[in-house]
Amino acid sequence: MDKMPKWADVVLIPLISLFLAALGAGAVLMATGHDPIAALGVMIEGGMGSSRAWGYTLYYATNFIFTGLAVAVAIHARLFNIGAEGQALLGGVGVAVACLQIPWPHWSLAVLGALVFAGLFGGLWAIVPAWLQAKRGSHIVITTIMFNFIAAALLNFLLVEVMKPAGVMEPATASFPEATHLPSFADMLGVFGIPFASDAPANFAFILAVIACVLVWLLIWRTRLGYEIRAFGHSETGARYAGISGVKIIVIAMVISGALAGMMSVNNVMGEAERLVLNSSEGAGFIGIAVALMGRNHPMGVFLAAVLFGFLYQGGAQLSFQLQIPREMVTVIQALVILFTGALDQMIRGTLERAFLAARKWRA
Amino acid sequence: MDFLTLLQILDASLRLATPLLLACLAGLFSERAGIFDIGLEGKMLVAAFLAGAIAATSGNVWLGLLAGIGASLMLSVVHGLASITFRGNQLISGVAINFFAAGLTVVASQSWFGQGGRTPQLSGAARFDPIIWPGAITKIKDLRKADPLDQAYSELLSGHAIIVYAALLLVPLSWWVLYRTRFGLRLRAVGENPAAVDTAGISVVRLRYSAVLICGVLCGIAGAYLSTALQAGFVKDMTAGRGYIALAALIFAKWRPWYALYACLLFGFLQALALRPDVLEKAIGLKVQVQLLDALPYILTVIILAGFVGKAIPPRAGGEPYVKER
Repeated sequence: MDKMPKWADVVLIPLISLFLAALGAGAVLMATGHDPIAALGVMIEGGMGSSRAWGYTLYYATNFIFTGLAVAVAIHARLFNIGAEGQALLGGVGVAVACLQIPWPHWSLAVLGALVFAGLFGGLWAIVPAWLQAKRGSHIVITTIMFNFIAAALLNFLLVEVMKPAGVMEPATASFPEATHLPSFADMLGVFGIPFASDAPANFAFILAVIACVLVWLLIWRTRLGYEIRAFGHSETGARYAGISGVKIIVIAMVISGALAGMMSVNNVMGEAERLVLNSSEGAGFIGIAVALMGRNHPMGVFLAAVLFGFLYQGGAQLSFQLQIPREMVTVIQALVILFTGALDQMIRGTLERAFLAARKWRA
Repeated sequence: MDFLTLLQILDASLRLATPLLLACLAGLFSERAGIFDIGLEGKMLVAAFLAGAIAATSGNVWLGLLAGIGASLMLSVVHGLASITFRGNQLISGVAINFFAAGLTVVASQSWFGQGGRTPQLSGAARFDPIIWPGAITKIKDLRKADPLDQAYSELLSGHAIIVYAALLLVPLSWWVLYRTRFGLRLRAVGENPAAVDTAGISVVRLRYSAVLICGVLCGIAGAYLSTALQAGFVKDMTAGRGYIALAALIFAKWRPWYALYACLLFGFLQALALRPDVLEKAIGLKVQVQLLDALPYILTVIILAGFVGKAIPPRAGGEPYVKER
């Protein structure tokens, strides 16, 4: 018999972790002389209080859904992909190549092309660490960290030396042509006569992110490959006895993971900036770790956690505007969420299991 | 390139290698005891901040150093709790620590000093001054005219902060502790086969906690060096990936102290070269991309990890929490 009911594992533990993280964040705010309740009010107003606020929240959430799914798919194969950041940067290069080199007639075709290129570039960037892990046993965490730095240097080089238009000082590509601009929420909802803030960056990529959630769910729980990935993640030796090739699973899982991280760039590079700049992913690859941990590696959980982090991100921006609390406060919250849901999971789980066992004994 | 320019670059290499070396030795102790630590970066960062802040407010650099070590130790304890006591995932704990430090140092320095995430400029007793060796030439005009031996003595050996010399001395000391003391033998054993150590009646938990705390002290010194010696004050994200380069150096050195020194000197040299692209261009006659120099430590590490230049085998029990009974 299980030590505690499933709902406690799926709902209660993340909520307790979140609560502890919120307490920690509140303590930091109080220590730096701010009122946590007032700060929360500003965040809720700025992150959910208007259609413009939602437009920003869902824009950030789109980034985090892609990177969260990327980290989650890798975790199912028991691979810790810290490289989503670098893979997202390379995905951005793919998007820029697709948008600038191919004369698209319409955005609907351009977005498909950009998705393919982003996925290809991100996936290829993940192949080397995957292959080294599978064939050489080099630890994937270390290699993906190294590949993040190499990706940043590569992007810097590409923007400064190759992709920057002549005569421009700023290391950035030219703006993408009009035909590749994705419709914003205001454009899409306007068709149905629903008003939405036109200055918010949420765009068509959000719908792609939702589709990606469904596809990842199908992949992991409804396909043979997904079964093999989970089997491998559960027990490497068991999977090998079942005739599952470890090399194949590691490489495929990492390529899917890298492709998902790369596809994030359809949102930020193509949908928002409409050109490629330095550090385009702005740490979203790392937030994917927190999102996957919090969402228990399930697409539904990833979606909810991504919206929560989107809200935190947008709310955090409002904190710096209105209360002069630095944006980095969000990084503190992110760290606390990772700490409590990831590293200190056993602390919460153990306590909870004991509580449930005691309750059962008392009832019996 | 003349001899003095070379000396200047080597001098910069040594200064830049020092924080790498301290962090690398920190990681060495932790990982040799079986605790992976990708939180070196975060620990250095909090130490750099608190050392800078306390040195600025108290005017005493030694108090700053102590505060930096204290801050780093706090995060070490968190890492120990997560990875030893609660047997959590050591990598995830390290990631959390890095983000926590990156965020907290900015939030705290902004609320404390209100200077956009930096601490006030340090000067005088609030900073580690270079130690001028007896007879060293300090004026650049005299140095140009001096003979090469004097130049090497004055430019390369003399004129570093005390932490640079301390870091160099820590290499033989670490070697001695790890390979010539009972504590070192047990520490290495607990990273290879904790069950055997446990069977011998030695506490795995205590050994691992001491390794994690040593790691914290060394990271603290490394961080304090950044804000009070290498630069005059803390600035946002001033570690700039040094914790990860130290990790790369540790793999490069295959978890051995002397090789850690060589690896860190090499990576320090690469950083020094990246600061002087003009010299490099003149020396080899063609333009080298700065970005390539920036990425070189990481590329080298991946090549090493791939096992093309000898195999880097980490401590066998690294990353795995020890469970006494199954």
